[in-house]
This record gives sequence, structure tokens and C-alpha cells, in this order.
Amino acid sequence: MEVTQVLLNAQSIDGAVRKNAEDSLKQFQEQNLPVFLVSLSGELANEEKPVETRKLAGLVLKNALDAKEQHRKFELVQRWLSLDGNAKSQIKACLLTTLTSPVSDARSTASQVIAKVAGIELPHKQWPELIGSLLSNVHQLPAQAKQATLETLGYLCEEVSPDVIDQDQVNKILTAVVQGMSSSEGNTDVRLAATRALYNALGFAQANFSNDMERDYIMRVVCEATLSPEVRIRQAAFECLVSISSTYYEKLAPYIQDIFNITAKAVREDEEPVALQAIEFWSSICDEEIDILEEYGGDFTGDSDIPCFYFIKQALPALVPMLLETLLKQEEDQDQDEGAWNIAMAGGTCLGLVARTVGDDIVPLVVPFIEENISKPDWRQREAATYAFGSILEGPSPEKLIPLVNVALTFMLSALTKDPNSHVKDTTAWTLGRIFEFLHGSVVDSPIISQANCQQIITVLLQSMKDTPNVAEKACGALYFLAQGYEEMGPSSPLTPFFQEIVQSLLTVTHREDAGESRLRTAAYETLNEVVRCSTDETAPLVLQLVPVIMMELHNTLEGQKLSSDEREKQSELQGLLCGCLQVIIQKLGASEPTKYVFMQYADQIMGLFLRVFACRSATVHEEAMLAIGALAYSTGADFAKYMPEFYRYLEMGLQNFEEYQVCAVTVGVVGDISRALEEKIVPYCDGIMTQLLKNLSSNQLHRSVKPPIFSCFGDIALAVGEYFEKYLMWAMSALQSAAELSTHIAGDDELVEYTNSLRNGILEAYSGIFQGFKNSPKTQLLIPYAPHILQFLDGIYMEKDMDDVVMKTAIGVLGDLADTLGSHAGSMIQQSVSSKDFLNECLSSEDLMIKESAEWAKLAISRAISV
Amino acid sequence: MAPHDIRRPFKRAAISDQQKRRELSLLRQAQNRRDAQQQARCLASSILSLQSAAPESQPEQSDIELETVPEAEPESEAFSKDLDVRQASKLRGPEVRKWFARQLMLPEWMIDVPDRLAQDWYVFARPAGKRCFVVSSNGTTVSRQRNGSILHHFPSALPAGAKIRDGSGSAQSYCILDCIFHELDQTYYVIDMVCWNGYSLYDCTAEFRFYWLNSKLEESGACNAPSHYHKFRFSAVPVYNCDQSGLHAAYTGVVPYAKDGLLFYNKHALYQTGNTPLALVWKDENCSQYVIDTDGKGEIPSQQQVVLELQDDRKLVTSDDPPVLFGCLDGDIIEKSGLHTGNLLRFAIGDGGLSFVDGKLEKADLIYLGKSNRARAFADSYSKVLFQFMVRHSPLKIDDLLASINSANDQEKTPSDIEMVG
Repeated sequence: MEVTQVLLNAQSIDGAVRKNAEDSLKQFQEQNLPVFLVSLSGELANEEKPVETRKLAGLVLKNALDAKEQHRKFELVQRWLSLDGNAKSQIKACLLTTLTSPVSDARSTASQVIAKVAGIELPHKQWPELIGSLLSNVHQLPAQAKQATLETLGYLCEEVSPDVIDQDQVNKILTAVVQGMSSSEGNTDVRLAATRALYNALGFAQANFSNDMERDYIMRVVCEATLSPEVRIRQAAFECLVSISSTYYEKLAPYIQDIFNITAKAVREDEEPVALQAIEFWSSICDEEIDILEEYGGDFTGDSDIPCFYFIKQALPALVPMLLETLLKQEEDQDQDEGAWNIAMAGGTCLGLVARTVGDDIVPLVVPFIEENISKPDWRQREAATYAFGSILEGPSPEKLIPLVNVALTFMLSALTKDPNSHVKDTTAWTLGRIFEFLHGSVVDSPIISQANCQQIITVLLQSMKDTPNVAEKACGALYFLAQGYEEMGPSSPLTPFFQEIVQSLLTVTHREDAGESRLRTAAYETLNEVVRCSTDETAPLVLQLVPVIMMELHNTLEGQKLSSDEREKQSELQGLLCGCLQVIIQKLGASEPTKYVFMQYADQIMGLFLRVFACRSATVHEEAMLAIGALAYSTGADFAKYMPEFYRYLEMGLQNFEEYQVCAVTVGVVGDISRALEEKIVPYCDGIMTQLLKNLSSNQLHRSVKPPIFSCFGDIALAVGEYFEKYLMWAMSALQSAAELSTHIAGDDELVEYTNSLRNGILEAYSGIFQGFKNSPKTQLLIPYAPHILQFLDGIYMEKDMDDVVMKTAIGVLGDLADTLGSHAGSMIQQSVSSKDFLNECLSSEDLMIKESAEWAKLAISRAISV
Repeated sequence: MAPHDIRRPFKRAAISDQQKRRELSLLRQAQNRRDAQQQARCLASSILSLQSAAPESQPEQSDIELETVPEAEPESEAFSKDLDVRQASKLRGPEVRKWFARQLMLPEWMIDVPDRLAQDWYVFARPAGKRCFVVSSNGTTVSRQRNGSILHHFPSALPAGAKIRDGSGSAQSYCILDCIFHELDQTYYVIDMVCWNGYSLYDCTAEFRFYWLNSKLEESGACNAPSHYHKFRFSAVPVYNCDQSGLHAAYTGVVPYAKDGLLFYNKHALYQTGNTPLALVWKDENCSQYVIDTDGKGEIPSQQQVVLELQDDRKLVTSDDPPVLFGCLDGDIIEKSGLHTGNLLRFAIGDGGLSFVDGKLEKADLIYLGKSNRARAFADSYSKVLFQFMVRHSPLKIDDLLASINSANDQEKTPSDIEMVG
């Protein structure tokens, strides 16, 4: 086959020609993969071929090695590994040759393909000569080939994990890269490629950063590169510094003063892309120190973990003024532009992080700036001052901030209505929101909102909701936090007199023509939700009145005919907001008997609407509608059975939605709600549900976070249907047992520990539900064969000593449930378990009341089981 | 390698309301789950505390119904089985025979191949020997054959099987094992476990029972070589999933015992006493010495012989439940031979053989031979008669079994919703 022509045709503007070419490529690939790949690599390496076909050949080759979807990627990797060795050697030879091509696009494409092949082969200890051959004559190479080699190393480091390359080769890579970066390298492209390669290679340099001499050398070269005449090199060098700040935070002390000088100069003088990276360096240091300080609560004990070096605190007197300067460099319409990111925004964000890192110390450094600029005629100064104030509201203590806020509040309220500049109003509304978020509510001793100013605040916020969409959105946000602060206020809320007016204003906002801009409609509904959540009994009748209003809104979304895909997306979004709102209302009204009783008159109609929302779509279910149905099932109880025949298929559809795993997870939760609501009336649907859940568990495509809730859901179902669960017992138990074996020992990072604990909790909740479900049935002995394993699991996780409080509580509860249900059948088994002694005693003396309570239960059940 | 994006969220709350709604839902669900569990536990706790408190301080608790209703059932059931075994050992004569015979699960003979053999069934080679029930209780072990007669009375390492003080022999404890005693190596091959250490396994599926059997029997020491307190060795038999390799292994595999056919157990079947189609026996010359029934002298009669039960309306029936009718006996013979209702009678099948319509027996050419051996407790089962008949005329071969597994595999590979056009 003539690859060149086909590849040319594949880029034709004529759709038919293109389609034809793509088909023949596909056919070629299917007929003879090795020959296909070899001819692609030949095309890429051939200097006589046009550059477009060489590039495309490389791209097709790359796509034959890697894919975004995990399972596809895995297939491609297996396919390459099993490919004929001869073909692979030919392809690799072509790729390496291409690195010396005079055509830059061909070189760059080859670099990427080599990295993909390396990504597959190096972990399997194949192609061991690659790095050596790349580096063997790097010094003698012409500049172009040198650049391509460094670029290849960069991609390679991005592709491959550090543990598959031994230190010897890492040393060689770093040497070549750092030498390529140094100022003695005359060629700009080589230096840029080396700097970008270092960014990816930093993760490999653990050992080298522990060696003072090598680290000094790397740091010196990186810092020098930040001063390069070429802006792209400076930017790439700062990117390296940002990466170093998080990867090697604990090694930075000797360099921090120099880095401060370099970054300060860049922030003040350099081009924006460089200045942004320079600011990011300090934001990143803040992230590190916030994490460290949060973890140790400030008093570091000097163990092997990373100590806080208080770089931010030390740099504070110079850092804060530098950041304040950036605040004055706003762009005109940055508030209307979703994608905006500029130096003022980066500086403001960094200032907020600095405040969180150092707390009170920042206040005296910022207050003079606020005072000086807040009333200046130039909007930039007023906005910068307001932003500075808003930034420091999280971090410092309320004692330090409240006196300031008491002075500023009136000023802010007035600015929000009177300032002529929209940008200032936007930031003012945002700052008010921050005030309410951090300094209002039960956490603060001296309230900043009194009866006297409450009326004024609400009036101003409601008025601002009529302002431009971005200002109105921030006003909604402020109201959200205002309502939240009154959440646990007891039977009477200061918002009660304004409730009707607030709800009315929010609904008006949702109907604004321009409510689609700046997230305004979403913000209005979210605020309405929070107002409802935080409402008290006094306003329950008003919340009830809201039900038909929101139902009507939802009904209206269902009337539209023949929507374009854009309209459909908007419709779906609005339905999401309305279902979300109904969910909050259902949950609120369902929580107390009198309101639930009145609300139930709407249940049929609401369910009808939800079903119509589902019917709007073909293959997916609406997550928000699903969540709302869960709340409805909980409120409705056993009567929910009447909706099941129609609802069931959507439930099944939700459980099958692996792509949007959140939808799947939410649906699993709703199965739990429905089980509790229907109890044994769920039996007719159990076959389908259990089959699907078991399928989900065995799928590699489903996001792992959905698996623990599926186990909990087994427990919900078993508890609901009792001995009828026998049908599924063997399958459920076998799935539980294999998951239990996997989750007994954890080796991994915090995230994995957390996941494993959630998995354990799901498994244990399943066991609890099953034991309690079978209790008092004549079939309890069906569970006996499983008891040894379950006890072993409990002993196993106890011995590991890494379970969290939630797992501990659930685990000791399972011990009680096992003893209670199996009684004397399990007496001797229980007595032999570690759990029944050490673990139980530990739980009995726990300070956590929930653990203690479960332990008391277990003790009682065990004593009975062994006494018979 | 493009520059890396460093945009951070600007003027945004860190958490979205949608995420908040999700989390609040999860919180509510967790709370509801906790409530539901708590409710179940509370009910149980109140019963427990009532029960433990009742005998001592408050014997006349007024709400005593709480105490008896939910807890009592499974306990009393287990206890009643316990009683049965002990009372049964006091029975004498024909009653004891009948009682014990009724306690065994009796496989039907395989006259056609069940569906889903590979998925739902186990297979194992049946040891040749005496089928018996082994009961250990009160420090002794008794084995009884199908007809109730005692085979051995001996100490064993089974729980409660010998008079030694190791705590395992508590008064409550007992075991019932379904075994075949293999003369040659004097071993009890355990083919099923009915009760273990006081736990009844009657209502457990074969899958559970075999799992339990394999783990517990070994643990108890009953598989050890004979010793003073352990007179006979027990052994489990290798059980396979009835897929192609499992069936092959059971059929050709080397075992320490002489094989007498293959037993097929449905994985999901409970231990059901009496004849059951969920356990099946099959044999051919390669895996059994006794394919065709022999007569009292150990010789194969020229005609197939069957034992049927005489009912009061002169009907001759099998031991199945419900019984299968094979024909009626002449009034003359009954009178002449002084036969009574319930007698077990021996017949030969004449040249007319058995004839079937729509898979059901329509007519049998029966020739009366006389009363059966006194040791017989039951008439033959329908499946046995048929199996013997097939063995003599058109036997079900091992290849047929393998072929049925293979064809089931083929079926699974093809999509199920094919439109038939032919």
C-alpha cells in the first residue's frame, strides 16, 4: 500500500476522500499490524516524504500505543508487547534515526512516539539500551539532534514512573539535561528543551537532591535560567522552581533568599507569563506550609516528616507589599470573563493563601494599604483595597478581624449600592460574602450582625441582586453565607421576617433574561436551597407554599418541543437546579411529622414530574432527580411501592451508568433509601437490583469509589428483605469475602488508606445488615459457614491497627450482630477470636460514644451467645 | 512540552452546592442506615436482657411474649433434631430401620442429563461399600446402614465421638455424617455432612455443606490414622465442579478407594431426606463393578428384576413420592401367595419390556417372582428401574455426559436471541 498518498488523503479537505483514506488505514492496520506500524515508522523516518505525512504517520503510530480510556490503553500495551520482535526493532530504529532529521516536526513527533514505546517497554525491562543510546553521543550531536534528544528525555520522564529507571541512568539523564540548561549552552532551542525536560525529570532526582553538591548545581542552573534573555526559557525555569517548591520543599532553605529576589524581580518587571509563575512559586509554598501546619497543629515534634520552615512568615515583610502591588494591575472586564487569569488575580489569590498561612501577622501589613486606597477616585485602588480586605478574612483570628469588620461593614454596604464601578461592586459583594462565611454564625462570640443592621444588610443584598449578573451572583453568594450563619439558631431566626421577601427576590433572579450569565441562575437556586435548609418551624408554611411554585417551574421545562442540543443541555441544567431545590425542600419538610403530612399531598405529582424528567433523556438518568427521589422515598415510606413499577427501569439505568459514576453512586444510595422505605415490598425488584450490583462490583470500568456504597447497599437490602436474601447470599458473601481479603492489609498512600477504610466500612455494613436481616428466621444457620471468615476479617483489621473510628464502630457492631444472630452456634468461635477480647475491650473504653455504644451492644450479645 | 496551567479558583466558594447536596444525602442515608440497624439491635437487646434477667429477678415479667416470640424458633428446631437422634437410638426393630432409612438423602439414578450440569452440579466418584449414617454423641460413635442395622459402635475423633475430656464432647454436641464404609482400607468416606458439632446443616446448600465438611473434618482430627480413641479413619472424597475437566477427573482420576459409579450433587440443593432428583447416581463398566444388578447369588439374571410395593387396590408401585404405577397384580396371585398391602414383591421384566408414551411409562411386562428379601426396606425407585433397563438396552454413556457439557458451552457462546428461520 502506498502509505504516503493515503496519509495525504487523510488530511484532505474533501470529507469523502478523508473518510476513504481513514478506512483504508484502518483496514491496513487490521490486516497486518506489524507491517502497518513498520511502514508508518518508515514514513516518519523518510527524509524524502512531505512533512505533513511524516507527522501524521507518527501520530497514527502514537495512537496505536496509547489511549485515554484505561481499558483501551491496556489493550494497546498488550498488543505492542506481543508484537513481532523484528517489527519492533525496525520501528525503534526508524524512530531513533528520525531524531537527527533536519525537519523539526518529524523530530518532535519521533520524540513523543519514543516516549510512548519506552512507557510500555521500560517497566517490562525491555529496550534497556534506549537511554544509553540516546545519551551516548549527546555532546557531539548537531544542535537540532541534541534538542530532539533532550525533548525525548523530557517526554520519557513524563511517561515512565521513577522506579523503573535505575539511579545510574537517572544520573546520566540529569547530567545531560542540566548541562543542556546551563548558560554555557549557546543554542536557545537546546536550552529550552533541556529546561522543559528538567521539569519532568525532577521527580527522578530524589537522590540527587539529597546530595548537597548536586542539588546546589541543579538549583544554580535553574536560577540562572530564570535570567535567560529568552522569555520561554525564563518561564520554563520558573515552572521548575514551582515544581521544586512542592517536591523538595524541605531542601529549599539555603536558596529561599535568592529565590525571593528572583521572583520579586520577575513579578515586578517580567512579562506576564513569567510573573504568573513567579507568584505561583509563593502560592505553592503556602500550600505546603498550610498542609504541614494543619497536620501538626503548629507544634512539630521533629520526627521523620517534613518540618515547617516558615518561609512565608520570614518573607512576609517583603512578600506582602509585592503582592499588594499586583492587585492594582487589574484588567478592565476580568469579572465578566470566565477564563481570565492575570497577575492581579494570581497576586490576590496568593495574598489569601499567605493570610491562611500566617494568620494574624498579615493584618497590620495589609490594613494601611486598605485605608490608603479604599476611597481613592481611581477604581483600581478602591477595588485593590477591597480585594485585599476580602483576602485576609480567612486565616487571622476573629478577635483580630472583628473590630475591622465592624468598622468596614457600613462602608461596604454603601459601596455595594453606590460605587459607580461594577468591578468594585463585584469585589465588595464577594468580600461581604467572605465576612459572613468566616465571621458570622455560632462560631463567633461577638456577632457582627445585630437586629439593627440585619435589615440593612438584607435590603442591600436584595437590591444588588438586580445589578449586573456578576455582581448579582456575588450578592446571592453573600446571602447564602448569611443564611448559613443562622443555621443552628433555635426555633426563631432573625431571617424569619424577611423570608418571604428573600424567596421572592431569588425567584425573580432566576427569571432574569440574563440569568444564564455569570452562573447567576445557579447561584440564586443554591441560595434558595440554603435559605430553605436553614429555615425554622416558623417559616415551614412558607416553604410548603414553595412546593407548587417549584413544581410548576419544573413542569414548564417539560413543555418544550424539539430542542436543539444546546437547548437540551440548558433544559437539563435547569431541571437539575429545580430537582435539587425540590430535594432540599422534601428533606426539610420530611424531617418533621406535621409538615411531612401536609407535604405528602404533592407526592404523586412530584414523582410524576421526576419520571417525566427521566423520560426526557434516552440513555442516562438525571442525577439530581435521582437524589430527590431518594429523599422522597425516605419521606413516603412503604407507600413508595406504588411508584416502583414505573420507576424501576430508571433505577436500573442509573445503576448501569459507569461513565458518570456519580450518577451510579447516587443511585446505589437511592436503592438503600428505597429498601428502607419498602422493606419486604422491594422483593419483586431484588433479582434485578442484586444482579446489577454484583455486575458492578466485578466491573473494572466502574470507578472504585462506588464499590463501598454497593456493599453497604447489600446490607440495606438484606435488612429490608430478611431471609429472602438467601437467594443472593452465596454471591454476596463471595464478593464480600474477596473484598474483605483485599482490604485487610493496606499498603499505600493516605488516599488508599482512606479508600480501604471506606471499603471495610461498606463490607462491615453489609455483614451487619445480613446478620440482622436473618435474625429470627429459621435460616440463620445458613450464615454459620461464613462466621469463621468474618471473625478472621475482624481480627485481621484489628491487628492492622489502621482503621478509622467509623470502621471501628461498624466492626465492633458486626461482632455483636454475629453473636446475636448465631447465638450459641458461634459461641466458641467468638471466644477464640481476638476481636471478642482485646478489640472489644479497646472499644468499651473508647472515648467515642458511638464506638462505646456499639461495643456495649456487642458485649451483651456475646455474653448471651457464650452463656448458652 | 507546553507550559503548565497554574490557574487557581478565583472568588469562588470551595464547595459547590451540588456537592453539598450529594454529601447531605449521603449523610442522611448513613443516618437512616444507622437508625435501621439500631432498631434491629434494640429489639434484640431488649429480648436478650429480658431473657437473661428473667430467670433471676423477674420471673413474672408481664410482657413475656417479647421474650418467646422471635428468639425461640431456630433454637427449638435445632434442639428437636437433637432429640430425634437420641430418641431414635432407643427405637427397635423395623421402626429403627425405617427411621434411619428415611434420614438419608437417596440419589435418583441418572436417566437423562440435567441442564446446566457444568454450572450447577458437583461430581465425585462414589466409593464402593456400605452406605451408612455415622452419628457421634455422648462420647460414642455409631454407624448404621441404610436399613438401620448397626455396622460399628466405636470411639472416634469426631466431636462428641469419644469419652475424652477435651471440651468438645459437651452434652449438646453431636454429629451426623453421611458416609460410605470402604471395607478394603477400613475407612469411612464422608460423602455429606448433615450435622456438625450441634449445628444442623440440613437447610444448607450442598455448596455450604461440602465447604464445611472439608474444613471441619480435617480440623477435628477424624482424618488421622486410627488410634485408641479413634478406631476408624474418616476421609473426605475429592469433589469437582461438573465441567469437562471435573467430570473427567472424577471418572478417570485415581482415588484410594474402589469406585462405584459417579455421584452428581446439585450445588443449591439442601439435604433432603429420601429420594431426590437433585442428587444423581450414574455408572458404567469403567467406574463400577456393579453396573447391572445381581441376584442373591451374585449372578446377573437373564431378565431385569425389580421390587415393587403392593398397594391395597392391587396396584404395584415404586418407592417414589408420589409413587409411580407399574401395573396391577392379579387377584389370584394375591390370594394364592397370601400377600398383603405393603408387601414388597419381586418381578422380572419380560420380553415386552417397558413401553413409554411422551416420556411416561405406559406399560410394563411384569412377571411375578415372589416376595422380596426381608432386609429390603423399600421398593425400587422409578429411576433405578429405568436406569437398569437402559443399561441393558441403550445405556447413557460417559460421552453423552461430556457432550452435554460441551453443547451447553457452545450455547453460551452464541447470542441467545437468534431468530429461527428453518
